[in-house]
Amino acid sequence: MKQWILGLFPIVLLAGFVALFFIYGPLGVFMAAFPPVEELTIERVVLPEPDQIVLHVINGGPDPVTVAQITVDEAFWKYTTDPEDKTIPRLGRMRISIPYPWVEGDTHEVVILTSTGLTFSREIAVAIQSPRTDGTYFGTFALLGIYAGVIPVFLGLLWYPFLRELGSKWLSFFLSLTIGLLAFLAVDMLDEAFETAEAVPSAFQGIALVGIGVLGAVLILFYLSDLKLGSSDQTGAEGRHWTALMIASGIGLHNLGEGLAIGASYALGEIALGTFLVVGFMLHNITEGLAIVTPIAKDHPSMSRLVTLGLIAGVPTVLGTWIGGFSYSAIWATLFLAIGVGAILQVIYQLLVLFTRKGETVFTNAYNVSGFFLGLGIMYGTGLLVV
Amino acid sequence: MKNKKLSRRKILGGAVGVTALAGGRGLLGAPVLSTDDPDLEAHDARVMSTTGEVDLSQFDPSKFLYEFDYGQVSELPDGQTLREWDIVAVDKEIEIAPGVYFPAWTYNGQVPGPTLRCTEGDRLRVRFSNAGSHPHTIHFHGFHPANMDGVFEVVKPGDEFVYEFEAEPFGLHLYHCHSVPLKRHIHKGLYGTFIVDPPEKRPEAREMVMVMNGFDTNFDGDNEVYGANSVAFHYHRHPITVKLQELVRIYLVNALEFDLLNSLHIHGNFFEVYRTGTRLTPDDFTDTIMLCQGERHILELKFRHPGTFMFHAHQSEFAELGWMGFFEVEL
Repeated sequence: MKQWILGLFPIVLLAGFVALFFIYGPLGVFMAAFPPVEELTIERVVLPEPDQIVLHVINGGPDPVTVAQITVDEAFWKYTTDPEDKTIPRLGRMRISIPYPWVEGDTHEVVILTSTGLTFSREIAVAIQSPRTDGTYFGTFALLGIYAGVIPVFLGLLWYPFLRELGSKWLSFFLSLTIGLLAFLAVDMLDEAFETAEAVPSAFQGIALVGIGVLGAVLILFYLSDLKLGSSDQTGAEGRHWTALMIASGIGLHNLGEGLAIGASYALGEIALGTFLVVGFMLHNITEGLAIVTPIAKDHPSMSRLVTLGLIAGVPTVLGTWIGGFSYSAIWATLFLAIGVGAILQVIYQLLVLFTRKGETVFTNAYNVSGFFLGLGIMYGTGLLVV
Repeated sequence: MKNKKLSRRKILGGAVGVTALAGGRGLLGAPVLSTDDPDLEAHDARVMSTTGEVDLSQFDPSKFLYEFDYGQVSELPDGQTLREWDIVAVDKEIEIAPGVYFPAWTYNGQVPGPTLRCTEGDRLRVRFSNAGSHPHTIHFHGFHPANMDGVFEVVKPGDEFVYEFEAEPFGLHLYHCHSVPLKRHIHKGLYGTFIVDPPEKRPEAREMVMVMNGFDTNFDGDNEVYGANSVAFHYHRHPITVKLQELVRIYLVNALEFDLLNSLHIHGNFFEVYRTGTRLTPDDFTDTIMLCQGERHILELKFRHPGTFMFHAHQSEFAELGWMGFFEVEL
């Protein structure tokens, strides 16, 4: 008990000093001289129906911000807010409804003018009615997800009979290829996580979220692996199954991220530019099934096990399209993407362990080296189709 | 790509302007309803406006419209009329659209400054004191000696200067600060109207002053808010009431910064234009008049039909950002 009090003592003192700083500190000098710092983020723009624009706004700055006026395409427009009080506290949110006759397929720009005259803007790149949360849209998004994520993963799993008959050298080749695929995915996803983090209101520290997500996922997966396998041989059948499960989970998180991207861009009207994108994702993702099944190719996994692995890897795409399409949030997207990166990094480590136990590394022979680079190459090549 | 988007937006902006104006014509004759009706539809002419109301106890453009400051009048020994004014430059936060506050520099605490009015040949004496935070001057348009020009005689905070000169020529003029940097000193609010009446006086009329201006609230060199007499959409929410067939005289001044041109278009009517007000014969008969920065004209018209008539800058962008209002013509 006494120890805990000793432990809390510095924190109590800190609270005291913070209070002193606010009451007697040098802040007064600055407060008089500078206007408040305002930072609003328009997190989401929804066009729920013709003649209606809805903004989801979040205050990520240090001070409360008062919304004064709204302009759309450089015209002041009437609006209503929810909540009615137009001052958004720090980290507070607001919904702004604007009865504006937007034009399908056109570009619009919405600007919030605050009480101090600062402006915060957001572009609607291609105006298109936002998906409603009804059966049709749930079905449409599910289909998009199934095409982009579930079908290619299962097609990839169909390489299992082929892999089963391969010799040891060629299996190593495909394991290296898997590592190449995953390494590419990890980098690609990290890039996307950083990109999404830029849209996160600064108070929520997007980059820190990426760090927490990546490191957290790696450490938790290590912990779970240890818990599951204990001191048993990690390269044994159980270890290989565990690796396959981890690969499936990591890919699942990656596909969740892809689903978010598909759903969000559809909601923003961008995917309307072509079904090309979904076809690209299909080619890109077929290799994911291969990655899952390679470590257990010699273990005669049961059909149900393969199906389970496929579902774990593929179904998150559907969840992602739903979340992305109906309630995209940069904060959650960043975190999901970062967790996915961590999961994939951990899986790469797991695969490397498999190699070392066999007395090989990725770079010990030409099979492995070429497999690794082919993996990178395939991902790069199919990646060309989704940009 | 960027250009493509821009041009798309431009086309769009134009289309919306036309839609809104069409809606406005539909209102002809109908009473102007409250623009704060929450159920306004997206194509109603009144939905394109600001939300809420400004605190009119601080500055009411409806009153400013008719406020002419003739100064303190006395007679000099030789019989000449002397008019004296006290003008103080003060920093003041003003409300330029509901809930939008602008850190202005003002003459006598208001933007535009007071409308100074005199008759050609009067002796004018303006005591200017600077209670603001930056050096300012008053530069009058009109004839005057070089040392009364308000360019080199910079008045530092706490200092004073007396401008004294004869009122000439008659016409509609402007006064504004001429301290550098010019753009900032003017767009922050240091300008006002200076009317010199002809000795023979103009015919009796309902006279009003409209100073077209704008505000760059985020200091990016571009106006966010436009209007006449400072408050965006003020006469949209509070139409100007005039009588059918009565002579209406508008003293129209362009004090806009950043944008090269401004204009006024009045719906359903034509007006006589007296360019700069320096002659008593009209120069033009039109329904749309264009003014460069610092340009000003006197307009005269009589409304032929009762009802609600819109007026606005014919730059749709300015109109949509606040420079729009209504005349309510009564029988």
